[in-house]
Amino acid sequence: MLLNQFLLLSAVLFAIGVYGVLARRNGVLVLMSIELILNAVNINLVSFAAFREAVPGEVFALFVVAVAAAEVGVGLAMVLLLYRNRRNIDLTEIDLMRG
Amino acid sequence: MSVVVLCAALPGLDPLTGGEVLVAQNVAFAVIGLTMVAAALRMVTTTNVVHAALYLVIVLAGAAGLFILLGAEFVAVTQVLVYIGAIVVLFLFGIMLTRGSYGTDEDVGRERHLMAALVGVLVLGVTAGSLVDTFRDAELARSAPSTAAQIGDSIFGQYIVPFEAISVLLLAALIGAVVVARSD
Repeated sequence: MLLNQFLLLSAVLFAIGVYGVLARRNGVLVLMSIELILNAVNINLVSFAAFREAVPGEVFALFVVAVAAAEVGVGLAMVLLLYRNRRNIDLTEIDLMRG
Repeated sequence: MSVVVLCAALPGLDPLTGGEVLVAQNVAFAVIGLTMVAAALRMVTTTNVVHAALYLVIVLAGAAGLFILLGAEFVAVTQVLVYIGAIVVLFLFGIMLTRGSYGTDEDVGRERHLMAALVGVLVLGVTAGSLVDTFRDAELARSAPSTAAQIGDSIFGQYIVPFEAISVLLLAALIGAVVVARSD
């Protein structure tokens, strides 16, 4: 197996995630797209760990999983608060700080 | 490689030669990769939020399969436990609790989608170009899958400080989420 086939697949997933973050306006869907991006990063880390026959890449992949869990917890709490205050979670309507 | 270990563990199966293992790995990679890309595309384009969460499960399971292919079995198991077991369930709770978003995520407008797609394609072009240019045909040649013992040694030895920092981060995120989402 080539190293590049994993890295290119991960780049495709990353680009799809970027599209999702920019194009969707449902708060939960944007958080899911961020998960897609973090997952692409994880594939990269593990591929490089296999490439260099080193363990630290896998350790940092585990750290990324933990940070993703924390991020989803806080993000969903914010989306919930948004829903409670405005009765919808459309991110394009949050423009209180627009000048 | 892990495939070798797997085939050796199955009784009555002739051990595969190196070339056959490579072909099997590449076929597995192609199947998993195509499934992941298709599911990811459906995830960011579907109008039903619950379906999007289920497509996310397919992508995450595919990533776990890739980790096994790469010989990172502990990371694959953690991926299934934490991502599919916990984070997706959290997403489903988030969807159910925000009923206004439940059914559909109506279209935003053509221009916004086009610009987002343009940014995505540009990101892909730049990364893919630099990757192909940098690594060309570097081979993955791992002799044995990494064990949980190696990872444990690494986390609780060399990377103990980042590990503790992650623990504090998780605690802070937990408290923060409770405070933010509390109803009064």
